[in-house]
Amino acid sequence: MSEIRLMMGNEAIAEAAIRAGCDGYFGYPITPQSEVLEYLMAEKPYERTGMVVLQAESELAAVNMLYGGGAAGKRVMTTSSSPGISLMQEAISYMAGAEIPCLIANVVRGGPGLGTIQPSQSDYFQATKGGGHGDYCLFVLAPSSVQEMADFVKLGFEMAFKYRNPVMILSDGVIGQVMEKVELIDPIPRRTQEEIIKECPWATTGKTPDRERNIITSLDLDPIRQEKHVMNLKEKFEKMKEDVMWENIQTDDAEYLIVAYGSSARISQKTIDLARNEGIKVGLFRPITLYPFPEKELERLSKQVKGILSVEMSLGQLIEDVRLAVHDRVPVEHYGRVGGSVHTPFQVLEALKEKIVNKY
Amino acid sequence: MDVKFESWKEIIKDENIAFKKTKVLTDNILSYCPGCGHGVVHRLVAETIEEMEIQDQTIGIAPVGCAVLAYDFFDLDMQQAAHGRAPALATAIKRLYPEKFVFTYQGDGDLAAIGGNETIHACNRGENITIIFINNGIYGMTGGQMAPTTLEGMVTSTSPYGRDPKLMGYPLRITELIAMLPGTYYVTRQAVYKPAYVRKAKKAIRKAFENQKLNKGVSFVEIVSNCNSGWKMTPVEANKWLEENMLKTFPLGDIKVDGELVKEL
Ligand SMILES: Cc1ncc(C[n+]2csc(CCOP(=O)(O)OP(=O)(O)O)c2C)c(N)n1
Ligand code: SF4
Ligand SMILES: [Mg+2]
Repeated sequence: MSEIRLMMGNEAIAEAAIRAGCDGYFGYPITPQSEVLEYLMAEKPYERTGMVVLQAESELAAVNMLYGGGAAGKRVMTTSSSPGISLMQEAISYMAGAEIPCLIANVVRGGPGLGTIQPSQSDYFQATKGGGHGDYCLFVLAPSSVQEMADFVKLGFEMAFKYRNPVMILSDGVIGQVMEKVELIDPIPRRTQEEIIKECPWATTGKTPDRERNIITSLDLDPIRQEKHVMNLKEKFEKMKEDVMWENIQTDDAEYLIVAYGSSARISQKTIDLARNEGIKVGLFRPITLYPFPEKELERLSKQVKGILSVEMSLGQLIEDVRLAVHDRVPVEHYGRVGGSVHTPFQVLEALKEKIVNKY
Repeated sequence: MDVKFESWKEIIKDENIAFKKTKVLTDNILSYCPGCGHGVVHRLVAETIEEMEIQDQTIGIAPVGCAVLAYDFFDLDMQQAAHGRAPALATAIKRLYPEKFVFTYQGDGDLAAIGGNETIHACNRGENITIIFINNGIYGMTGGQMAPTTLEGMVTSTSPYGRDPKLMGYPLRITELIAMLPGTYYVTRQAVYKPAYVRKAKKAIRKAFENQKLNKGVSFVEIVSNCNSGWKMTPVEANKWLEENMLKTFPLGDIKVDGELVKEL
């Protein structure tokens, strides 16, 4: 039996982890996501499911704990916010290179630098274009509700193990802090060691006599072999497109389009209603996976509209993927507050009129 | 590049064997310089694992440093860590698989410089792991730069006039530091440049692995080692220099046994 509760996004992601059969959570406090570790410590999942919870000495250590646990086939996760995620980039790159599954949630705050503790969406490039050094991509999910914060934990683990790759939940301070109704799944049991060995024959679970040793490394000094490895990774990043996700809201008759993800999509949903009250036929396209980006669907929609407003709490990062998808077929403009300020539906409406509707 | 000495195979017959390699080491040719302590310590760790019959339950972690390819030499499930992060990996593996034996193998740059924080906190949490620490007073892999353990006055490529503590700080005795932490259960400093010391080091490594059965905290074995390439010496000169210089700053012997300090710090 599933259960319905009123929770904040950060609590929902924590509870969802316990219920998704997560084996280990490793984290370091940072606003606006400290409630995840606080919730888990209070909840004692080690008594409920045997799940390990540990406050690490830094994000550097926390994410390397993910490396160790993920490479041993366990379902491991961490959460942090922008400055902490920056610190994690080294190991994220190593895990992409060594093909280690894990789940990382970024409850984004405004930056650069220490910035602010208020919500932002300015880590889009970092999340969707690799983030650390080297040629790689993460599978990136963008929740726009507390429900999706919870749902994407199970989905995130599935994708992480399907592709043997780190998965990122790109959230923000709004979704992390807001309280909403959430339907929680029935607990899924943690996998047994036998199940892990069967599902992850590559994992370092101890070299038994029936097999060769398992080595988890991102190193290969031979450029020909390393090139082959990176090309294999590329194939995997391409294959991820089969799991692309998006949502179309009132797009059927739309003459204009807003593209937004996460909390900006929630805000823009209201804008759509306001605009339609004024007779402006606008729809909302919400990418749910930011990598893979739902480019085909956006391209299709672009053929029916006169202009697109890309709405994001940033100086304009998402807009680059939007433009790539629509090939300059229609004008694309950006709107968004930055530095921890959150735009209102009315501000988005103003921008829509000024930058798109009145012009095209 | 695989070097193959096919002709050796004819000689390798049971009747000719006077000395046998442990099965926990692979047949891959070691990448270490001749005379380097890394190879000896590899053998001691592998022999220990064979003797304890825990090959199928052991997960090792290779560092960044000359031992980065340790997974080519140990016939074990192994993970290769980012520079200095091995104790964080080991923490997670051991907590997620408490019944397995988990060890890190790290150089002095890896463990005491870039990974100093991970080392101290894994030790302070009392993780039930074994740490093998190869202290050669230098960054061997990158061509002989100064390490936190480089001796006062010692010449390296980044301390070309000798390490001046006023400019570059003092040699870091991290082993003494971590022995003070209640999370460490066994802390010892050994060497492998003489047969008698090799035997002692082997005993220490055995104890450090056996301790994991007790679940009482970190077992930490420092090996004062050489780096003849980085020190720009022959292997014989390097061992002599080690004895005459390294051991003054890094004296051999147990520091903490069964959770009790046995040496005044
Ligand atoms: C983040 C990062 N910084 C620097 C390096 C370059 N690097 C490789 S090995 C090494 C030093 C290793 O020295 P030590 O740990 O003492 O090992 P040894 O080679 O002496 O056994 C350095 C600085 C790296 N690989 N990664
Ligand atoms: S460079 Fe130094 S530490 Fe590295 S293998 Fe050679 S002698 Fe050993
Ligand atoms: Mg060294």
